[in-house]
Amino acid sequence: MPYIPHTPADQEAMLAAIGVESLDELFADIPPTLRASRLDLPPGKSEDAVLRHLAALAAKNRTDLLSFLGAGFYDHAIPAAVDALAGRSEFVTAYTPYQAEASQGLLQAIFEYQTAMARLLDMEVANASLYDGGTALYEAIMMAVRLTKRTRIVISECVNPIYRVMLTSYTTNLNLTLVTVPQRGGAPDIAALMRALDGNTAAIIVQNPNFFGTIEDYTALFATAHRHDALAILSVYPILQSILRTPGAMGADIAVAEGQSLGLPLSFGGPYLGIMTCRKALVRQMPGRIVGRTVDSTGKTGFVLTLQAREQHIRRDKATSNICSNQALCALRALIYICLLGPEGLQRTAQLAMERAHYAARRLGALPGVRVYNTGPFGNEFALQLPVRAYAVIDALLAKNIVPGFPLGRYYPGLDNHLLVACTEKTSREDIGILAEYIGGCL
Amino acid sequence: MKTVFATSRPGRAGVWPPAPQTEPAALIEPRLLREKRPCLPELSELDVVRHFTGLSRLNFSVDGNFYPLGSCTMKYNPKFTEAVAAHPGFTALHPLIPQLRGAGHFTQGALEVLYETERFLCAITGMHAFTLQPLAGAHGELTGVMLMAAYHRDKGNRKTTILVPDSAHGTNPASAAIAGYQVVSIPSHEGIIDPAAMEKVLNEDVAGLMMTCPNTLGLFERHLPRIVELVHSVDGLLYYDGANLNAIMGKMRVGDAGFDIVHINLHKTFATPHGGGGPGAGPVGVSARLEPYLPISRVVKLEDGQYYLNYDYPKSIGYIAPFYGNFGVILKAYAYLLRLGREGVVRVAENAVLAANYLRARLRGHLEIPYDRTCMHEFVASVAELAASHGVRALDIAKALLDRGHYAPTIYFPLIVKECLMIEPTETESKETLDGFVDDLVDIVKTARINPAAIQAAPHHLPVARLDEVRAARAMELTDDAGLSEVMEITAESDTHA
Ligand SMILES: Cc1ncc(COP(=O)(O)O)c(C=O)c1O
Repeated sequence: MPYIPHTPADQEAMLAAIGVESLDELFADIPPTLRASRLDLPPGKSEDAVLRHLAALAAKNRTDLLSFLGAGFYDHAIPAAVDALAGRSEFVTAYTPYQAEASQGLLQAIFEYQTAMARLLDMEVANASLYDGGTALYEAIMMAVRLTKRTRIVISECVNPIYRVMLTSYTTNLNLTLVTVPQRGGAPDIAALMRALDGNTAAIIVQNPNFFGTIEDYTALFATAHRHDALAILSVYPILQSILRTPGAMGADIAVAEGQSLGLPLSFGGPYLGIMTCRKALVRQMPGRIVGRTVDSTGKTGFVLTLQAREQHIRRDKATSNICSNQALCALRALIYICLLGPEGLQRTAQLAMERAHYAARRLGALPGVRVYNTGPFGNEFALQLPVRAYAVIDALLAKNIVPGFPLGRYYPGLDNHLLVACTEKTSREDIGILAEYIGGCL
Repeated sequence: MKTVFATSRPGRAGVWPPAPQTEPAALIEPRLLREKRPCLPELSELDVVRHFTGLSRLNFSVDGNFYPLGSCTMKYNPKFTEAVAAHPGFTALHPLIPQLRGAGHFTQGALEVLYETERFLCAITGMHAFTLQPLAGAHGELTGVMLMAAYHRDKGNRKTTILVPDSAHGTNPASAAIAGYQVVSIPSHEGIIDPAAMEKVLNEDVAGLMMTCPNTLGLFERHLPRIVELVHSVDGLLYYDGANLNAIMGKMRVGDAGFDIVHINLHKTFATPHGGGGPGAGPVGVSARLEPYLPISRVVKLEDGQYYLNYDYPKSIGYIAPFYGNFGVILKAYAYLLRLGREGVVRVAENAVLAANYLRARLRGHLEIPYDRTCMHEFVASVAELAASHGVRALDIAKALLDRGHYAPTIYFPLIVKECLMIEPTETESKETLDGFVDDLVDIVKTARINPAAIQAAPHHLPVARLDEVRAARAMELTDDAGLSEVMEITAESDTHA
């Protein structure tokens, strides 16, 4: 029997030790009326047959596309050592390190991950991970609501719309109001965001670079938020964070990110990594696991899960969050990725991606009737305003196995002619040349 | 081991992307740039490999140790599923591609995986429809409670409370509370829900009951049919925490029992690895009347066999995750299910229950077993008596087990058993492993009576001795200082050398 070691003799001995006659007797507590009469599953297959079946399914996916799709999720190169190390089964087949002494490897790695995130985002503390960038933003809101005891959240329309719709779902039953301040030219209207703040505002949420790729300095906005005693929440892109002004420098209270770009494959949407950092003063309201450094009974350094009085297994309905399992292995990948690249490699990766995007913007922006929509500076992604519907271009290019970008009209009414184009360090000048040629051909 | 920050040497790096042609300031105004380079490790690739290989060796894992962590179903994770999830035909897929009109045909294989997994889960649970989006069990619970809320809002019901048995996992009350409900705890009677006790707190305010069955004591909720009837009588909904599905899959379908909402932990029942804490996946199944509220998008199969994403569900609770769930995890569960098939699924439950009852029978007389009757996939023992007589607590026993090479049972819950050891062997551990565990546990208890100090001081043979959690919470040293400045580097190194 696959994965079950018990021989008939073992089973017999075990049944005898228990004092029952049959396996079925062990299920006597299930009321007879509830006993399953059928199980509509196919018969089991050999490992080889399953592998072949899944290889056939994988072959039905087209991954040889020339793609400029980003929208918050990016195709960066992943060093082979990330897979090799994070794939070690001592990490993969362990669980949450409840027994610290038997889990020092994981605990130290999480401590190092927390340190790396705090340093990259220039914040004081980080937790051990949340599910993804969107739920991290939701948890940040909940933190702000608890800390301020206020119910209004101001959010820029430039925050990833996928996350904004998630926040709408999550806040529906809670007496919270989400106030969305419209974008202009791919940038938030800072003056309007400031005006939207009031004495009942728990937090203001912005993103850098924002969904359109535009880069801002939110220092003044955050100072204004603080004058209203509201918290400043910033969502960032970890790769670009290696060169951009930091959440810490801008005065953010909570900074979150989707960590997928740090060594995680796109993998059709997951598993990804919710990064959360904050000021140390707020740490007792932080959700999720946190690792701390301590000593053992002989004075030797070691690591443990700490501040657990925040968590569901201790506090139940009074906990800061319901999170239990998190994305530990994804956090480990992010840490290994960062260690392999180092500060220099991260900055090069960011700069290369930005160079390619700026080159693409020049090439594409020179096409007849096409202009770059962003009014402000941008990083590795930008919006193109086309003289035709974005879908006219997408349809034509998909036929050539090119994904030219994301149609902004999907989330922004009125931007039906707008295409969001992303580059990474993997995008070559030739790729951009091909894109320019084909888009040019549609106009 | 020194931290990775303490081993950093300026100028090293593992991966060298090509040098860019420009400086950041050539593309972006300096006021938008960070002032200082982030202080992150600078190491060669081999340095990194040594460091993380070293760390991995300081860890217990299913591959290395018996891991009877109750409620977590730490079964063996078949290796071939890793190969499935690492296939570039899946890993390279951008999740937004099928959302581009006209690009659905680029991701047919991935959509089929989702569709088929949902179908399998429906078959196993008897539920009408599934969403694979929830990113862990607790996230599934939150999704489930949001579905409850949507149902009641739609019907114009004014509901304010959710009932949770006192034996429940902490995520149940936490999920109900963060979704905006008041939690009413129901006391267990002889380890299970007593319908009479439940009736006392049942009223029109009750939105639903969150039930774990078998519950966290490993006991089947024998009054299930009556409980279902009672909760439905006030138009409350029945939520099934499926973390313990390993005990009953193929034996009972929760949908047939009248449950309205179910979450399943793929990282437990369906053998996807726990990853040192995650990622998991917590798919949610619903009865027909709750289907309209499921999160979007949903995968639909057309007459011609093509799959597409449908967003057109006006009553949906909306997005609860950015995409379609932890796809890499779902892939592994799907592969495992294909491998097991119909007969395999039943055998898993039978042998998981066999192993738990065998351990229970063998430990009887050595440990207290507060609810000593046929259990399902796990059971809860207690050392309350030993704690009272010799001052040796469950925590001490746990540490002593680590010394013998076994991971420890769950000891932080269920809260209703003092000094508990929640033991879940799973179906994948051999009789010899189970026997070895029993022998060690019995020996530890014996030692505890003769020489309690030895057990209280455990562990003795691990990389560190008993760690000071109180100090950790007080000192709040949550990040490393090493390398932040020259001066600090020196002190930090002398610290970690200690
Ligand atoms: C009974 C029970 N319910 C819910 C959960 C929560 O699942 P997860 O950790 O995936 O969020 C667990 C997991 O530990 C559990 O044991």
